[in-house]
Amino acid sequence: MPDQITMQVARYRPEQEDAPTFDEYDVPLRKDWAVLDGLNYIKDELDGTLSYRWSCRMGICGSCGATVNGEPKLTCATFLTDYAPGPVRVEPLANFPIIRDLVVELTDFMTKLGKVRPWIIRDEEQPVEEGEYLQTPAELEEYKQFSMCINCMLCYSACPVYGLDPKFLGPAAIALAQRYNLDSRDDGGHERLTILSQPEGVWGCTYVGECSRACPKGVDPAGAIQRYKLTAATAAVKALLMPWSQR
Amino acid sequence: MAEESKRTVEPFVWLMFSGGGVAAALVLPVLLFLFGVALPLGWISAPEHGHLLAVLRNPLTRLGLLGVCALALVHGAHRFRYTLHDGLQLQRFDGMIATVCYGGALVGAAAAAYLLLFAL
Amino acid sequence: MSAPPYARLYKPKVRLLWWLSRRSYTLFVLRELSSVFVAWTVVYLLLLVRAVARGPAEYQRFLDWSASPWLVALNVLSLAFVLLHAITFMNLTPQAMVLHVRGRRIPGRLLAGSIYATWLLVSAFLVWLVVG
Repeated sequence: MPDQITMQVARYRPEQEDAPTFDEYDVPLRKDWAVLDGLNYIKDELDGTLSYRWSCRMGICGSCGATVNGEPKLTCATFLTDYAPGPVRVEPLANFPIIRDLVVELTDFMTKLGKVRPWIIRDEEQPVEEGEYLQTPAELEEYKQFSMCINCMLCYSACPVYGLDPKFLGPAAIALAQRYNLDSRDDGGHERLTILSQPEGVWGCTYVGECSRACPKGVDPAGAIQRYKLTAATAAVKALLMPWSQR
Repeated sequence: MAEESKRTVEPFVWLMFSGGGVAAALVLPVLLFLFGVALPLGWISAPEHGHLLAVLRNPLTRLGLLGVCALALVHGAHRFRYTLHDGLQLQRFDGMIATVCYGGALVGAAAAAYLLLFAL
Repeated sequence: MSAPPYARLYKPKVRLLWWLSRRSYTLFVLRELSSVFVAWTVVYLLLLVRAVARGPAEYQRFLDWSASPWLVALNVLSLAFVLLHAITFMNLTPQAMVLHVRGRRIPGRLLAGSIYATWLLVSAFLVWLVVG
């Protein structure tokens, strides 16, 4: 195994250039090093001006998303040796505006997460004295997968629909909505229906499936969206045939 | 106003799209194989005209085939419209594209209805 | 003088041929293009129905026409795309439909198997119906 690998890292310094460029760095190729370790080496030893996000370095915080050799990845979960002999091309997460170097603008994503009312909505709140809302393991299984999202935005980066139409609500937001819709403690399905059953909501999705492929946590947002399409379509048929039964 | 109607029609278009997808997936491969490949290449002998006519004249065949054709055409139209929308980024022509696609599907479905219900 | 650096966000534009950049994207667009061949198959079958409706002579003329080399080539290509549609559609269905029987979830594989079995049954039935 050679002892070095070249990393081609996208740079964007708005104070001195109008468009991103690439800088090349040679970093040690250690078999236990992730791309993130390579970036940290660059920052510590070679070029302190490189800007990028990271935190837990173990695939749970969702901060370190980037495009590595054209694929959306967590830099802490992607190993340099997988790309040997290299070079490894590291670019910011696709489909997001770039603030600087590998740092992207997140506001749109954060807003969309909030839009789907991601909290337990009850018709009637139980008084605190009555204790917790109980849930069986089977009921937990129904939505558990969709609760695993770490908000890393790899799915938005992989989604061509989001790339072409930034108004699209997006995979993570809809999966999050499903996490609550399928939660036995939640009564908010009807409220979320108006938000999700929109052209920029679930109906914008053409089931490319790239979001689920990119997801590092196995959330399967594509599945969540398709399931919701059926839910929303059923609700629409019911509303048409039985307009009096409005919950 | 246009947004309101667009919002309410989407679920129904999707249901037809899905139904058409199922119909097309189940029925079209074998029929195309038989009449588009196997028969012309002589792998099977052509069924008797009388036999095919009898099969087609059966009310179940008429309705079943009409359903498959109409739904498959809507499925194809819907998908092709979005292929142009996403694949070639022709969003600004979406109104015209949608009219041609769904309009074409409607014409095809009408032709199918005429052929299967009146011409046989 | 110049706007604060934060204000100068770089907004990358999606390339026209974005779907050529990844194999999975290309497969997706091919899958979507199968819609054209689905429509063609319907048209072709309706032409057959029309020929049958017009009598034995017209039916024979259709059979002869269907044997033209360019048409056979087109139909072979269409068959490939129609199969692509059928297989991808059937494979994606279990991901989209979660069914429960008596409180237990039906495993995706069982659902996929049932869908393929249905497909085979329907195909076999249609062969029997046509070939007699």
